[in-house]
Amino acid sequence: MAEIRVNPTRMELKKLKSRLGVARRGHNLLKDKRDELMKQFIDIVRETKELRERVELSLAKYNKSFASASATSSPKMMTEALMLPKKHVSLDVEEKNIMSVHVPVLKYSLHGEKSSDGYNFGLDFTSGELDASIQELSDILDDMVKLAELEKTSQLLAQEIEKTRRRVNALEHVMIPQYETTIKSITMKLDENERGNITRLMKVKDMMINEQLKKQSLSEQ
Amino acid sequence: MYKIGIIGDRDSVLGFLAVGFSVEIADDSKQAALCLKKMAEDNFAVIYITEELASQITDEIDKYKDDMTPAIVLLPSKDGGVGLGMRNIKKSVERAIGADILFKNND
Repeated sequence: MAEIRVNPTRMELKKLKSRLGVARRGHNLLKDKRDELMKQFIDIVRETKELRERVELSLAKYNKSFASASATSSPKMMTEALMLPKKHVSLDVEEKNIMSVHVPVLKYSLHGEKSSDGYNFGLDFTSGELDASIQELSDILDDMVKLAELEKTSQLLAQEIEKTRRRVNALEHVMIPQYETTIKSITMKLDENERGNITRLMKVKDMMINEQLKKQSLSEQ
Repeated sequence: MYKIGIIGDRDSVLGFLAVGFSVEIADDSKQAALCLKKMAEDNFAVIYITEELASQITDEIDKYKDDMTPAIVLLPSKDGGVGLGMRNIKKSVERAIGADILFKNND
C-alpha cells in the first residue's frame, strides 16, 4: 500500500495517529450503519416483492374486467362516463427517518361527494361490468399506494447502502492501511535516527574517556 | 396536498379516472416523457406508468430515482406485464447488497 509522503517527524506521527483513530472509529460506525440499513432493507424489499406480486395479479384481473366493460359499451360512452370524476384523490406525504434516510410515508384520502354509491357516473348508460371493474380498482388502491411507498423506500435505502458500503470499503481497504504503513515507516525512521544518535553518543563518550585516561596517565608519569 | 398521476395508453389507464387519479394518455415515448416531466414539476407524489412506456424512457425515470418524490411505479398495462417492475426491485437489491439474494429462482 502506498504511503502518504510526509516528513518523518514526531509532530506528523502524532497527527497521523489521531487521524488513524478517527478513521477506525468512523469505519466501525459506518459498518454498524451499513449492517442496520441492510437489515431494514431486506425486510422492506421482501414486503415490496410480495406486494408487487399481489398488485400485479389484481391489476391483471382488473384489466380483464375493464376490457370486457369497454367491449360492451362504446368508447365514447366510456370516456363520457369516466371523464368527470366525482371523487379526487389526494396524498399526504410525511417523512420517516430510517437510519437518517428520509423516506416518504404516503397517506391518501378521497375527496368528493360521498353520497350514493361512490361511482362517478350514473347507472343508466353504463354497464354493470364497468361498475364491477371500478369497484375492483378501488379495492386495490390501498395496495397500489403502499407499493409506491415501499418501492420508493427500497430505492432510497439501496442508494444509501451503496454509498455507505463504498465509504466502509474505502476506509477499510485504502485509508486505514495507508495510515498504518505511513505510521510504521515514520516510526522506523525515527527509531533509526535514535539509534544513530545513541551510537554517536557512545562513540563520543568513548573518545572522551580515552582522552581522560590519556591525560591521567600523563599526569601520573 | 399531493396528487397521484398515471401515464399510459388509453385502455390501460382510463379506468383510473374513476378513482380520482390524474390520467395522462400517452401513446409514444416522447409524449410519455413530456407528461412525466410535467407531472414531476407539478406536485405529484406518486406517478404510475405502464411498463411498456417506462421501458422506453428509463433515463427520464432514473432521474427521479434518488429523490423522495415523486415515486415512480411501473404497472403492467392491459396487455399484461413484462416483469419490468419486478426487475426494478431486483436491481435495487443488487445495488444495495451487491448480489441478488431474493430472486434466485426467477430468470
